[in-house]
Amino acid sequence: MRHLLATRNLSYDNAMAILDTAQEMATVSQRSIKKLPTLRGQTVVNLFFEDSTRTRTSFEAAAKRLSADVLNFAVKTSSVSKGESLKDTVQTLEAIGGDAIVMRHWASGAANQLANFGWSSSAIINAGDGTHEHPTQALLDAFTLRNRLHKQHATGKNLEDVHVVIVGDILHSRVARSNVWLLHTLGAKVTLSGPPTLMPVGVNTWPVDINYDLDALLAQRPDAIMMLRVQAERMSGDFFPSASEYTRGWGLTNDRYKTIAGTQTFIMHPGPMNRGLEISAAAADSVQNTALEQVANGVSVRMAVLYLLLASQPGQ
Amino acid sequence: MTYTYLITGGTTPDGIQTDIIVDSDGRIAQLGQHLSADGAKIIDATGKIVLPGLVDLHTHLREPGNNDAETIETGTRAAAMGGYTAVHAMANSDPVADTAGVVEQVYRLGKEAGWTDVYPVGAVTVGLAGEHLAEFSAMHDSAAKVIMFSDDGMCVWDPVLMRRALECVKSFDGFIAQHAQEPRLTNGAQMNESALSSELGLAGWPAVAEESIIARDVLLAQHVDSRVHICHVSTAGSVELIRWAKSQGINVTAEVTPHHLLLTEDYVKTYDPVYKVNPPLRKDSDVHALRNGLADGTIDTVGTDHAPHTEETKQCEWVVAAMGMTGLETALPVIQHTMVDTGLMDWHGVAQVMSANPARIYRHTDQGQLTETGGLVEGALANIAVYDPAHRFVVNPINHTSKSTNSPYRGMELVGKVTNVLYRGHQVVADANISSPYQRS
Repeated sequence: MRHLLATRNLSYDNAMAILDTAQEMATVSQRSIKKLPTLRGQTVVNLFFEDSTRTRTSFEAAAKRLSADVLNFAVKTSSVSKGESLKDTVQTLEAIGGDAIVMRHWASGAANQLANFGWSSSAIINAGDGTHEHPTQALLDAFTLRNRLHKQHATGKNLEDVHVVIVGDILHSRVARSNVWLLHTLGAKVTLSGPPTLMPVGVNTWPVDINYDLDALLAQRPDAIMMLRVQAERMSGDFFPSASEYTRGWGLTNDRYKTIAGTQTFIMHPGPMNRGLEISAAAADSVQNTALEQVANGVSVRMAVLYLLLASQPGQ
Repeated sequence: MTYTYLITGGTTPDGIQTDIIVDSDGRIAQLGQHLSADGAKIIDATGKIVLPGLVDLHTHLREPGNNDAETIETGTRAAAMGGYTAVHAMANSDPVADTAGVVEQVYRLGKEAGWTDVYPVGAVTVGLAGEHLAEFSAMHDSAAKVIMFSDDGMCVWDPVLMRRALECVKSFDGFIAQHAQEPRLTNGAQMNESALSSELGLAGWPAVAEESIIARDVLLAQHVDSRVHICHVSTAGSVELIRWAKSQGINVTAEVTPHHLLLTEDYVKTYDPVYKVNPPLRKDSDVHALRNGLADGTIDTVGTDHAPHTEETKQCEWVVAAMGMTGLETALPVIQHTMVDTGLMDWHGVAQVMSANPARIYRHTDQGQLTETGGLVEGALANIAVYDPAHRFVVNPINHTSKSTNSPYRGMELVGKVTNVLYRGHQVVADANISSPYQRS
């Protein structure tokens, strides 16, 4: 593995290696001195073209716990306000001297371009590109699920026959895409639910089931239900008539939550949550909700990715 | 009468080995076997195909306004190198070609360059904004004598404006070339809408956005008894609609680009913006429907949609990259590869779709002349392209004559090379190199 760009083409072996390594990294985070010397002298650049304090902080913590130097580089450009090109920005960073670039970008495919167009010799980690992929989010979700299901025996376990329901705006969600591919690779059964307007064209060719009836899905007692964040800008695009219409159909309302309260179904959310829209306060605050574990596990998984890309490469 | 050129040993589109004598008036003086002409320069075309000069109804020359990407001079040089003797310059320049002044400027610069005929296409609406009709008659009455109007790049989406435009051009037997793209269905669209666009996270461009406009416009053309031309048809459904319209006797003609006959959306997986184009690359099933449509006459012509862009507008994130690819210098090899080498079309067919048909659509009388059986025409202006169908090469856009290098065929092996081009009897391409321009006396 030279880069981590997507889960679409991440092999089973590499995915399992990341999860198992993350398991070891998790023990570091529980020590009083939360630091390994592994990446001493290496530099990780967090290159963020889109604000994401959560993801950036998580990567920063991961790199620092492995003793890497961290440079944070925030670029304010967008498809409207054009500034320095991606190519120029990256070559500037190359000149400063980084070993890995963690990039969040508003454009789908930006991480692939960086890895494949000869603009950079660094290891590239995709921290979310447009509506394409967000592979470390999917890895930390799988890690969280595995730990909830198998507790201290999680190492080496895949997600064979685990049923995960992903609910919401699949069309615009990089988290959903990365989760679909990774969960499938790890053997899980995935069902997508949400308004038909927010299902991508051709989703029938994905390795998933589609069911618009969330209540029927909850009655099947899936192992996990992943509530995607509803972006405010979708309200104006006529994807659904109103927020309350969305919530009635696909929100984890109090009434819906009651049908699974106390069962073995975990509630997952990539954060930040819109309480009262896709998830009710009671569901958000329940012990079934893994949101905070997901955040903690994010650091372990990102440590594992950095370790596997930077420390275990021959000749480095 | 003095003779200037004798083209020997080449095969004309009728499949007959034919010698051609060109006279000092720039006309084809004689056709036949074993000809000789005193004082004429001999062009040995043995083993080569001799075609009427190609006619492109869809070229972006970028001048005025974007001379960094192309100029009329460089674009028509590239056209000549591709075997073209006439190009039609689309209206989306800056300023837009929506007045007599701009179309006359383009026409004049084309004449001064002297590499091919340049026919400016007038805009349908002022500034391509889709709000008010441009002054068709003024452009038609200008020195450029425009009869073809298009907002290419933008769709004339307002049905009433489209109706009025179709009515306006009737007074001089003109036609509207529609860029069929329903704008609301393609807001922010980046590539063909499909399972692949969903996977890549790029906003999709559904086939129905093209097909719904074509359906509407053939019905409008029927209703007002006018003439509509569909630019760069890209979907199997569009081919079906046009086939139906022709069966109803509707006056519709259609064009396909070389790239839509060869490339599919799979190239977008690279996120390399050189594959970003409007309309987008579609699926394999569309490619085959387009090839069959071109072979059976549903699609009348190949238009290059040559769209040069500077490097900086292509070496960037996919979603902000410019749309379009160069095509003038690769069109004939791509047509050989997709249509001739596949057995779908012979050279007579190629001469029709790349020369005779586009000339007929524009009502040209000194371009694209071909006999019933595919022979050249004695007395016609000597617009002739000599093509070696056996030359194998790897495409490297650095070697292209166009100012821009955004060729999607970079690194691809193709077969075929234009070796000589006579434009109005003057050799503008000799031994596969640009020679000298035609000078008007």
